[in-house]
Amino acid sequence: MSATAADAMMAGPKRNAKVADALSRSRQRTNRIIKALCVTATGIGLVFLFAILATLLWLGFAGLGLSVFTESTKPPGSHGGLLNAIIGSLIQTAIGTAIGTPIGIMVGTYLSEYAVGTKLGDAVRFVSDVLLSAPSILIGLFVYQVLVNPFDGFSGIAGGIALAVIVIPIVVRTTEDMLRLIPVALREAAVALGAPKWKSIVMVCYPAARDGIATGVLLAVARIAGETAPLLFTSLGNLNWSLNLGRPMASLPVTIYQYAGSAFDDWVQLAWVGALLITFGVLALNILARFVLRPRA
Amino acid sequence: MSQSVASPKPFVVASGKSGSAGDAIFAAAAKISGVFVLVLLGAIIVSLFIGGWPSFRAFGLRFLTEADWDPVQNVFGAGVPVYGTLITSVLAIIMAVPLAFGIAFYLTELAPIWFRRPVGTAIELLAAVPSIIYGMWGFFMIVPLMSQYVQPTLIDALGDLPLIGGLFQGPPFGTGIFTAALILAVMILPFIAATMRDVFQTVPPVFKESAYGLGCTTWEVMRSIVIPYTRVSVVGGIMLGLGRALGETMAVTFVIGNTNRLSTSLFGPGNTIASIVALEFPESQSGSLKLSSLLALGFILFVISFIVLAISRTLLRPAGAKS
Repeated sequence: MSATAADAMMAGPKRNAKVADALSRSRQRTNRIIKALCVTATGIGLVFLFAILATLLWLGFAGLGLSVFTESTKPPGSHGGLLNAIIGSLIQTAIGTAIGTPIGIMVGTYLSEYAVGTKLGDAVRFVSDVLLSAPSILIGLFVYQVLVNPFDGFSGIAGGIALAVIVIPIVVRTTEDMLRLIPVALREAAVALGAPKWKSIVMVCYPAARDGIATGVLLAVARIAGETAPLLFTSLGNLNWSLNLGRPMASLPVTIYQYAGSAFDDWVQLAWVGALLITFGVLALNILARFVLRPRA
Repeated sequence: MSQSVASPKPFVVASGKSGSAGDAIFAAAAKISGVFVLVLLGAIIVSLFIGGWPSFRAFGLRFLTEADWDPVQNVFGAGVPVYGTLITSVLAIIMAVPLAFGIAFYLTELAPIWFRRPVGTAIELLAAVPSIIYGMWGFFMIVPLMSQYVQPTLIDALGDLPLIGGLFQGPPFGTGIFTAALILAVMILPFIAATMRDVFQTVPPVFKESAYGLGCTTWEVMRSIVIPYTRVSVVGGIMLGLGRALGETMAVTFVIGNTNRLSTSLFGPGNTIASIVALEFPESQSGSLKLSSLLALGFILFVISFIVLAISRTLLRPAGAKS
């Protein structure tokens, strides 16, 4: 059986050596062309990244100075900085992370430890995945409808809450994934010692999954630090110095948006400086997150 | 060993007190959080629908197809932004998918092992760049490039062709639907490429090795083994990219030109749902029909992206189960 099959395969190319040669050449050629195209595609992808970074460095560094960090935003022509925008961004990102992280961890815990195989668990996982990619501008509209419109208007706290809604699904995803990686033996060991379930989760599973969960939180911070659309309708932006959470609050992305579209050269320059700061901050967080995860991955 | 004999006793006493109550509280807190996520999604849908209700009531189903957006006459229709959203997203997918496939193919089969991680990370970092940065970069770098070189060339080359010529006519502003789609393509490229790479890696090596053993070239292994095996998940990854493109706001707002006219040329200016909401929102009075129309647009966008993301998720789930 196998001998005849081998004979048949041997016979093919022998009978038509020329055809076989041509076929082989054309297959090799196709292969080489496709490989070259793939290398080109990867090259194009990398060129985009480096083009963006180069633009930011080139245009952003020119305006980078101490006054960017010591002065608030000022009218065009009066050498303003970005201090209030930077502080506003830090505050709102901190609020978003502080609210979103515990909720996200609890939902992730629920999905991984309590709701395995249940319909409700599947529904929550599905909805969380949809929220993960849902347009962020809609989250801004939602918070506007729920918190800004019915109450006393735009506020820093509303901006923070909008960002928290973005944080939750990111933390849910990483928490669930990381908790699922923990060996059952570890849980069994905790249960065998007489620990109730919640203690085995809090004192055994969380520490074991700490690096992974921290990665998720870092990625979430990186994501919300650059979000603009949800803040347009919630914290609005503020060109004056204000730390009042109940009032409109400046943020780096919204300030960049306002400045980049303006007709004043020094504002556009400051927008590039802000873009440089935010991009390298976000990329640094991403790289940091990767290094945190690395030993376990 | 001798230490561990002594320790269980206080532990058991402690758990006897707090165990069942603690368990009940923790389980309830976890469940409430889970339900909270469901409520959150429901609240987003309901709040957008309620906000958009005056507009739906005033214009009915015509709202979806009506191309007029006239704040002076108080007539609002979603035709132009819905068209702009769909056309830019689809164009972006057409541009991004071949590139993403090439990158994923390179990263799983072609690149030297030591090179895969840094290149993969670089591509993923492209996804981390905030969308407003893409907007600025597009507006200050790509738009001049488009208006001076790319668009005049394309208009000269393709503008006179029958049938498709109309897509490539008009003045080369640099901004417009085509430029927006290009920026969107760059933005969704890393998402699609990363998903494709991940699902390509789920193919059992023995399948590929068998094909190589039969004398297949790398491309033939890709075409006959990897793609058929991962087809469903690849489509899921593309849908994920589409979902991202549909709701992208800041990048599009900078480069699409922002007019509410229906333009037949791809180089003409337009609008997407997200960009019109971002731009017109600050000019809308609370309680006005205009604000309601913007919220109604948000509701439409939510429904579209929910459907796309739901499909994506359903298609990608088998891959998650396999790995």
